[in-house]
Amino acid sequence: MAGVQVSNVSRSFGAHKALDDVSIDFADGGFYALLGPSGSGKTTLLRQIAGFDFPDSGRIAIGGESVERVPVEKRRIGMVFQNYALFPNMSVADNVAFGLSVRGEAKAVIAAEVQAALDLVQLGKLGGRRPHQLSGGQRQRVALARAIVTKPRVLLLDEPLGALDKALRVDMQIELKRIQREIGITTIFVTHDQEEALTMSDRIGILRDGRLVQEGPPEEIYDRPKSEFAATFLGDANIFRGDSTGNGIRLADGTAIAAGAGATLAAGAKASCAVRPERIRIATDAGVSNATDTNVLKGQVSKRIFAGNNSTYFVDRAGQTLKVIVQNTGIERLSEGQDVVLRWSPESTVLIAAS
Amino acid sequence: MAAATASRSGLRSALPLLAPAYLWLTVAIFLPLSAMVFFSFMTELPLSGKPWAFTLGNYAAFFSQSLYLTLLLASLRLGLEVTLWCIVIGYPAAYVLAKVLKGRSREAIFLLVILPFWSNGLVRIFSWAMVLREGGILDTALNAVLPFKINIDLMYSYPAVIIGLVHSYVPYMVLTCYLTLQAIDDSLIEAGRSLGASRLQVLKRVIIPLSMPGLVAGAALIFVPVVGSFMEPRILGGRTGTFYGTVIEDQFVAVFNWPLGAALSFILLAVVLVILAAASPVLKRAA
Repeated sequence: MAGVQVSNVSRSFGAHKALDDVSIDFADGGFYALLGPSGSGKTTLLRQIAGFDFPDSGRIAIGGESVERVPVEKRRIGMVFQNYALFPNMSVADNVAFGLSVRGEAKAVIAAEVQAALDLVQLGKLGGRRPHQLSGGQRQRVALARAIVTKPRVLLLDEPLGALDKALRVDMQIELKRIQREIGITTIFVTHDQEEALTMSDRIGILRDGRLVQEGPPEEIYDRPKSEFAATFLGDANIFRGDSTGNGIRLADGTAIAAGAGATLAAGAKASCAVRPERIRIATDAGVSNATDTNVLKGQVSKRIFAGNNSTYFVDRAGQTLKVIVQNTGIERLSEGQDVVLRWSPESTVLIAAS
Repeated sequence: MAAATASRSGLRSALPLLAPAYLWLTVAIFLPLSAMVFFSFMTELPLSGKPWAFTLGNYAAFFSQSLYLTLLLASLRLGLEVTLWCIVIGYPAAYVLAKVLKGRSREAIFLLVILPFWSNGLVRIFSWAMVLREGGILDTALNAVLPFKINIDLMYSYPAVIIGLVHSYVPYMVLTCYLTLQAIDDSLIEAGRSLGASRLQVLKRVIIPLSMPGLVAGAALIFVPVVGSFMEPRILGGRTGTFYGTVIEDQFVAVFNWPLGAALSFILLAVVLVILAAASPVLKRAA
């Protein structure tokens, strides 16, 4: 087991900069998600760590040992591919045994290790099957068993749950997390699914256009996004743009919005404020107020989407549509066209430097 | 039950699609071949006007004269060797085409592989004759480069026959292997390497087993015609190029003993079928 350090790694394909000076420290034993839209460089970064491709510049270390020029087969990593990449010419057990057998382990050792790995992913009885006889979720587990049976230093997962349906995906998220905890392996997980990143990982790195936008624990990125992109890519956010007042912004129409968190900016600079939809309270009258909700805006409900346990209101206000999510704790509902007052606290407002 | 009915009605609706091919095959292959089967049991060709009778003598000739068996074994060996050389040369080429080259360069190389198909077989063989003979292109070129004098005269030799046949048949191996190799997902190779396997181990344990159907199909496409080949052995092999196929050809074009030629042909067909049948369990497992 070992941590992974990526330092100043750049990689270009022709004129396209797939990775631009990326540095991340993956702690030993941690579960790390690399999150970003397609083309953000997250898979390129994973392939650099795996050793399928070498960086143009920069350093990659696994367990303190420089590996940026070491080919993949010598890096002692385990990888789970998006399409699982099980060998169709081999049984499940032979697939799992592959890594041990190319290493030249004794047959008895291999058989025991393979059985243990299959038991770990709860497929102990299916060793004799062929990959094509398995369901998507089972193939996923075989791919995982095959990747960890060699006791790699780091486990790399390239959108491993992308091909599964929603219910199975949630099951596998829990399962994957359980297995990762059980063997305590450093895990790097590439995904474009923000929910997956939030629920599974200890830390998240958000990538965009080959650059690391922000990196930290899920709560920190969610509560304190450092850019509009991070705010809107991980979760949903209402973005207000205006001029900085030092501890908030002033919108074009003169309305002030106070921010209790985020960047320290000189007054007058262009800035944005981000507010999560579920942090905003919505009411019909101006009378009901909460002492801490000092940000107040008036608007009109333009649309309501009912989703069972919650409702999303789209509120028009000065040419901007704001999103508010309300838990349906009672049966009272606001109707479309109704005039409303929005209130939220400065603590829920993050000041972001204009990008 | 329901499935059986479904497949039967499927066959009925497929009949209009099948019929033209099978009608053509019946007319073009089955009829002449049955005529040949008939001839092979005759003492004389009925077309010559001489009296004829039914006989097993043409088949008995194969067993009574050891020459035919010797030649058949030589032809089988030739088929085996040519097939092996086609694998040795064709498989790496197919691999590079399928897995290394992309886009334009792949198209260009592909064209070069298919080119022999588009050139006339006889022209191809005679051009080899120009290359291989003493004072030919190979001889002249090598002597121009090498500091010492060597004589290259491959013409009318066993290697010349092999060279000509391999050249004619290697595209089959490239094409069949290319198709199966191309269908192998690149992530399987990456998965193998991520598990610590060297490129050679991945080749041996993953790629070759998965491309076995292509190798088998290519081998069958090459082995069968090469065993009966006569053009390359005759032109490039000269007197050393006497094989089973050339003897059959002689019966038809030189000796005009069609019944014996037909009988020898069907013995070859039977032998080839027996070989393929014997190999089929192995081939089925591979495919």
